[in-house]
Amino acid sequence: MRTIAASIAARVPRFLREPRSLLIAVPYFWLFLFFAIPFLIVLKISFAEAQIAMPPFSSILEWTGEKLSINLNLGNFQFLFEDELYYTAYLNSIRIAFNATLLCLLIGYPMAYVIARMPPSRRNVFLMLVILPSWTSFLIRIYAWIGILKNEGLLNETLKTLGLIDAPLHILHTEAALYIGIVYAYLPFMVLPLYSNLVKLDPRLLEAATDLGARPWQAFLQVTLPLSRAGMLAGSMLVFIPAVGEFVIPELLGGAGTLMIGKVLWQEFFNNRDWPVASAVAIVMLLLLTIPIMLFHHYQARELEAR
Amino acid sequence: MQHILRSILGSIVVSLCIVSGATAGEEKVLNIYNWSDYIAEDTIANFEKETGIKVNYDVFDSNEVLEAKLLAGNTGFDLVVPSLSFLSRQIQAGVFMPLDKSKLTNYKNLDEDLMKRIAALDKDNAHAVPYLWGTTGIGYNVNKVKEVLGDDAPVDSWALIFDPENLKKLKSCGVAFLDAPVEVIPAVLNYLGEDPNTFDTKLIQGKAQDLLMKLRPYITYFHSSQYINDLANGDICVALGWSGDILQAADRAAEAKNGVEVAYVIPKEGAAMWFDMMAIPKDAKHPDNALKFINYILRPDVIAAISNYVWYANPNSASRPLVDKEILDDPGIYPTPETEKKLYTFAVLPPAVDRVYTRTWTRVKTGK
Repeated sequence: MRTIAASIAARVPRFLREPRSLLIAVPYFWLFLFFAIPFLIVLKISFAEAQIAMPPFSSILEWTGEKLSINLNLGNFQFLFEDELYYTAYLNSIRIAFNATLLCLLIGYPMAYVIARMPPSRRNVFLMLVILPSWTSFLIRIYAWIGILKNEGLLNETLKTLGLIDAPLHILHTEAALYIGIVYAYLPFMVLPLYSNLVKLDPRLLEAATDLGARPWQAFLQVTLPLSRAGMLAGSMLVFIPAVGEFVIPELLGGAGTLMIGKVLWQEFFNNRDWPVASAVAIVMLLLLTIPIMLFHHYQARELEAR
Repeated sequence: MQHILRSILGSIVVSLCIVSGATAGEEKVLNIYNWSDYIAEDTIANFEKETGIKVNYDVFDSNEVLEAKLLAGNTGFDLVVPSLSFLSRQIQAGVFMPLDKSKLTNYKNLDEDLMKRIAALDKDNAHAVPYLWGTTGIGYNVNKVKEVLGDDAPVDSWALIFDPENLKKLKSCGVAFLDAPVEVIPAVLNYLGEDPNTFDTKLIQGKAQDLLMKLRPYITYFHSSQYINDLANGDICVALGWSGDILQAADRAAEAKNGVEVAYVIPKEGAAMWFDMMAIPKDAKHPDNALKFINYILRPDVIAAISNYVWYANPNSASRPLVDKEILDDPGIYPTPETEKKLYTFAVLPPAVDRVYTRTWTRVKTGK
């Protein structure tokens, strides 16, 4: 009996025998369904040619009687290098995302730090306050900023009533408004990982630093800051990566002068009806984003080894 | 991300509804996709009452968005309303089914001259029926423009906004342009004495772009709907915009009694005339209901009520006695025959020219 059971068990694939790997399969399946498949579709379109048809691109696989031929059109990628528009837009997106991430870090770090230092009963209230705005639709919150920042908006009217300005400050549809929008929208993504990192920090380490003669700021710089690096990095990734591809905030708050890659993608897709070039733009953006993600993984792996 | 997710979920829900409903033959449902703010308040309710057909009415605000949906297929809509030049390309792509005109008993009400113009882009008027039409011209604040440019301001000419000297002065009171290269570039070409529909990319990237670059510093913003409110409130004093939208602004300003007087003009050099067309996608689940709706819209009383509400001209000759005198006599809405001769329609641009349009527009907007 035992041998039969053993031989059956041997025939069952290993991942079915181990419930743990089955559990791991769930996120992989998720990734496959919602990342790999859409990515492959976009990749396929990026090698096609635009045409007036439904759908508006050529098929890259062709069955001609007996032969199956694959027509890969590399022209779409080549095209991205021929016009400085794409280069400028990628660079702009990365620059804006980088600055916004830095701002989020500068604002988010003190917030996370203060919340982590609070007595546990009050922490939840303040964490709640960080998360609470996300319960309203993202779009409505960005629209609210239009109401605040516009020439006859809340901010300008208040400053005028206080007598601080005569003419309205022109903020809406400038890069400043764009930064306000991005920092506002993504700040929780910076605060939360930082908080969960800082709250785990052993207070005895700081006591030890004080005992050894470190002043509070020295203890912060030499103990707290290095130990919270993983949190800073995680938060920065969560802000930087979606900010690069951001479309709604620049569209609603940003000015015409700042071209980000999200807008270029929109134009390729909608104005030019060139789905293949739009797909190529998306693929290149993804490749650009994998660099910081790989750095992040590399760093995390090292961090884990060090423990 | 959230909004994208939401629209994906939304479309899944919509398509599920459609799939579940499709089995019972032609049930009493009709899914319409029309421009926003583009119908009278009781048009749909009356149709539902008369026919017992339940209408799901959804709106869009750009031809590009509609086209992307149509080209992807399976929109779930039975009736859509693209503009003529977009419709023409969509017909080429095989999006629409030919109309069964035997079911359109009110078809004879349509203006024959307009139908001839439209036939240039939809051969034999086979695929679509015009809904409303309008022009792209200039809206201006009468008092402010007079204040800035004096009594002899060229308010009947494109020079009002296309002459950099004039626009420079108007900058102080606010200037808005449509955020639509397919509207603005032909208008500039026409002003410069060129064919507004030219495919000559050197002209577009040369003469037209040069002028737009000179105008760029004086343009307060590019947007395709914001100017309605801003003209009515007096926040801007000139706008390159759509006739009905500007007339709606004039109406709002008059109602608000805020001292703002807005006027619309079709400049003497000529302007673009566009048509929004009702058409039925090939994959529509309720084509017969869509035909019933088109026939309903072709009724003089129905379309007159719409014109009276949205301030756009309709192509229905029989409806004229029912259109408000105020609207019928406004040369900005129903142009005189002389003006009508100077109106041009848009051609379908080849992809390469489309790309030049978009690229030029980006260059102009970013000022680089």
